[in-house]
Amino acid sequence: MNEHRPVRRIYVFKRYERFWHWSQAVLIVFMMLTGFEIAGAYENFGFRRAVEYHTLTAWALLVLWAFTIFWQFTTGEWRQYIPTLKKVDAMVRYYAWGIFRGAPHPYHKTALKKHNPLQRLAYLALLAVVSPVIWVSGLFYLFYAWWGDYGVDRWLELEWVATAHTAGAFMMLVFFIVHVYLTTTGHTVFAHIKAMITGWEDEEPEGDPARSGRSLQGDDDPARIGMP
Amino acid sequence: MIGRGAACALGVVLWMAGSALAATADHGKFEELQGPFASGEDVTRACLSCHTEAARQVMATRHWTWEYENPADGSKLGKKTMLNGFCIGDRSNEAFCQSCHVGYGWEDDSFDFSAEEKVDCLACHNTGGYTKLSGLAGHPAYERMEWPPQSGKFVEATDLARVAQHVGSTSRKTCGTCHYYGGGGDGVKHGDLDSSLNAAPRELDVHMAQDGLNFACSDCHQAEEHKVPGSRIAMTAADPHGPLVRGQKSERNPATCQSCHGDKPHKESLLHAGRLNAHTDTLACQACHIPGFARGGVPTKMGWDWSTAGRMDQNGKPFQKKDDKGHVIYDSRKGDFVLGENVVPDYLWFNGKVTYTTADTRIDPSAEVAINTFHGGPGDPDARIWPVKIFHGRQPYDVEHRTLLVPHTATPDDTAFWYNFDWPKALAAGAAATGQPYSGKFDFVATRMIWPITHMVAPKEQAVACHECHSRDGRLAGVEGIYVPGRDGLPLLHTAGWLAALAALAGVLIHGALRILTHYRGK
Repeated sequence: MNEHRPVRRIYVFKRYERFWHWSQAVLIVFMMLTGFEIAGAYENFGFRRAVEYHTLTAWALLVLWAFTIFWQFTTGEWRQYIPTLKKVDAMVRYYAWGIFRGAPHPYHKTALKKHNPLQRLAYLALLAVVSPVIWVSGLFYLFYAWWGDYGVDRWLELEWVATAHTAGAFMMLVFFIVHVYLTTTGHTVFAHIKAMITGWEDEEPEGDPARSGRSLQGDDDPARIGMP
Repeated sequence: MIGRGAACALGVVLWMAGSALAATADHGKFEELQGPFASGEDVTRACLSCHTEAARQVMATRHWTWEYENPADGSKLGKKTMLNGFCIGDRSNEAFCQSCHVGYGWEDDSFDFSAEEKVDCLACHNTGGYTKLSGLAGHPAYERMEWPPQSGKFVEATDLARVAQHVGSTSRKTCGTCHYYGGGGDGVKHGDLDSSLNAAPRELDVHMAQDGLNFACSDCHQAEEHKVPGSRIAMTAADPHGPLVRGQKSERNPATCQSCHGDKPHKESLLHAGRLNAHTDTLACQACHIPGFARGGVPTKMGWDWSTAGRMDQNGKPFQKKDDKGHVIYDSRKGDFVLGENVVPDYLWFNGKVTYTTADTRIDPSAEVAINTFHGGPGDPDARIWPVKIFHGRQPYDVEHRTLLVPHTATPDDTAFWYNFDWPKALAAGAAATGQPYSGKFDFVATRMIWPITHMVAPKEQAVACHECHSRDGRLAGVEGIYVPGRDGLPLLHTAGWLAALAALAGVLIHGALRILTHYRGK
C-alpha cells in the first residue's frame, strides 16, 4: 500500500491466532443463527437442520478450542488474558469522553500486551462467565438423551438447561454487538479489523489529538495515509 | 372378452389353492365339510368334530361374551353394555349389531352363551363368500333374500359347504369386516382402521402394505387359544423394553411396536439416533410414525349430532345429504355428521388406563360429557404422549336422571327410531332393554370420545418432522409437563435478552453517531 509508511507497524496477531479468531467468529455467528432458531425465535433452516448444524458447529468449536487452549499454553499467549484494573478508568473515560474529543488512545498496544485493560476484563468475563454458562448448559443439552443412564434426570430439568443456555446466548449476542462496534475504534475505522486479518497493526503515536481525531475517515481517505 | 372376470376368478382360485397349500390340511378334502349345511351351527358342529376345544376357547373371550371388566376401575364394560357417541349402544338393537358377534342367533337375552354350536367359526376363518348380514343376529343368508329389507336388492344364499372347505387363517379382511365398520360404516369409529387397509399401499401402512410385508392383523395381535391381545380399553401405552426374541416366553403384550422393534429402535444417523431414542421416554412410537389417520381415502366420523335426526324432505320422506365426494353428511335416521380425512391427531398423555361413562353414570349436561377418559400424565412411568382421535357427539340423555340414553334404532318394529322417527318411543324402548330408569324427559347433550391411533403406520420417511412439534403452535401445542425446545422458553428471558441486544445495538449506534458528529464539529 504505502512503501514509506511513517508509522511503526507491530505484528500483533500471529497466524494461528488469526485463524482461531475468524473460524471461531464464523462458528459462533452460525451457532447464534441456528441456536436462536432452535429456541423458537424464527424459522430459517427448519428445526431439524438447525439442530444438526448447531450440533456439528458445537463439535467443531470444541475441537478448535482444544487446539487453541494448547496453543495458548505452549506459546504463553494465555498471559494476554490476565486481568488488570490498571488504567481501566482511563479506558472507560476514553470511550465515554475522550474518543469524541479526539483524545489519544490511553492504551499503548504492544505484541506482548495486545489487549487493553477493558478488553482483558471483557474477555475474562467471556471466559469465566459466558463461556461456562453456554458450554456447561450446551453439553447437558447435547447429551440429554443420556441423562437417564446416569440419573441426571433426577436432579436436572431440561427447562433449566435450556434457560441457562439461552441466557448465555443472549450474553454472547450482546458481546458480539459491542465487540464488532469496538473494532471501529482504532486509529482508523478498519485498523483493528485489518490487524486481525493481516496480523499487523499500525502503532499510533501517542499524544497527537489532531491525527487521531481524523481516524474516523477511514483508510480510503488519501489525505490521512502517511501523515505523521 | 374373457378378460377381467375370468382372470379375477382364476386369481381367486389360485390364491385360495395357494393359501390352502400353505397348510398341511386341505379342508376341501374333509368328508365332514362336504355338506350340505343347513345353517351356520351345522358348520360349527363339523369344525368342532376335529377342533374339539375351539368353541370353548372362543367362549372365554370378549369376542363371544361382549363383556369386560375394566382393570382400571373394575367397572363392567364390553360391547353388550358400553356406550359410545356413534350408534350409542347395543341393547335393543341386538339383531342388527350382533352381525358382528362371533356367534349365531343372539337377538335378545334368551341367547344361550354356553351352546358351543352357536360359535361362528366362519366369521373369522372364512376366505370369502361369507357375510353376516345385519338384522340376522349373526347369521349369514341361508336363502336368497331381499337385503336390506325393502331395498329391492337381493343377496344370494351362502354356499356354506364351499366356505367351510376353504377356511383359513384370519386376514385383514375377516377382522376388518367388523373392526373397520364399527359405528355403522366404513372407518366411522377408529379413524385408523378402515377398508383401505385391505389393499394398503406402503404409504398407508408399512406393515400391512400389500406390496410390502402384507401383515395380517394377527401378525401383531398374536392370539393364543383364541384370545386376541391388544385392547383399546386397557392399552399398553408404554413398553420400555427391547424386542421379544422369537420363542421368548413373555407376559408382554405382543401387539406393541416395541415387542418387535424394541424401545430404542433408531439407528441410522449418528446425529439423531440417540436423540430420537431419547424421545421414546416421552412419546409413543405412534406419535411420530402415524402422521395422520383416515389416510386411505375413507373418511372417519369426527362428529355426530343425533339431535338433528328425524327431519323429512318435502315429501315427508327420510333423506340423506352428501358432500362433494359423495359421503353422507346428513341422514334422517342418524343426524348430522362431521367427516375427516387425513386428520392430524390430537396428542395427550396416556398410561393405558381408560375409564368410561356407562349407562348409570350421572353426567353433568352443562359441559361436554366425556364418554371415555384417558388417564396418565407427565412423570407417570407408564404414560407416553399418544396420538388420538377426539370425536365430538351430541346424543340423547335423561334430563331428570342425568344419564345417557340408549335409543332403540335398528331393528324394524313400532318403536325403532330408524323406522318411526319418534324419539320418545325409541328412547323408552331402549331404556326398557337396558333396564335403566327413564323419566320420559330427554334432551341432547354434547359428548366426547377418545380413540387411540395406532394403525396406519407410515414409512419412516413420512414420520412427523421435528418442527411439527418443535414450534410454537405445533402438534404438541396443548401438551403439558414437558419442555419442548422451539415451543417453550421463558417469554421473560426472551424479552429481556432481545431488549439487552437492542440496548447494546442502540448504545453502539449512538456512540458511533456521536463520534461522527463530534468529529465533523471538531473539524
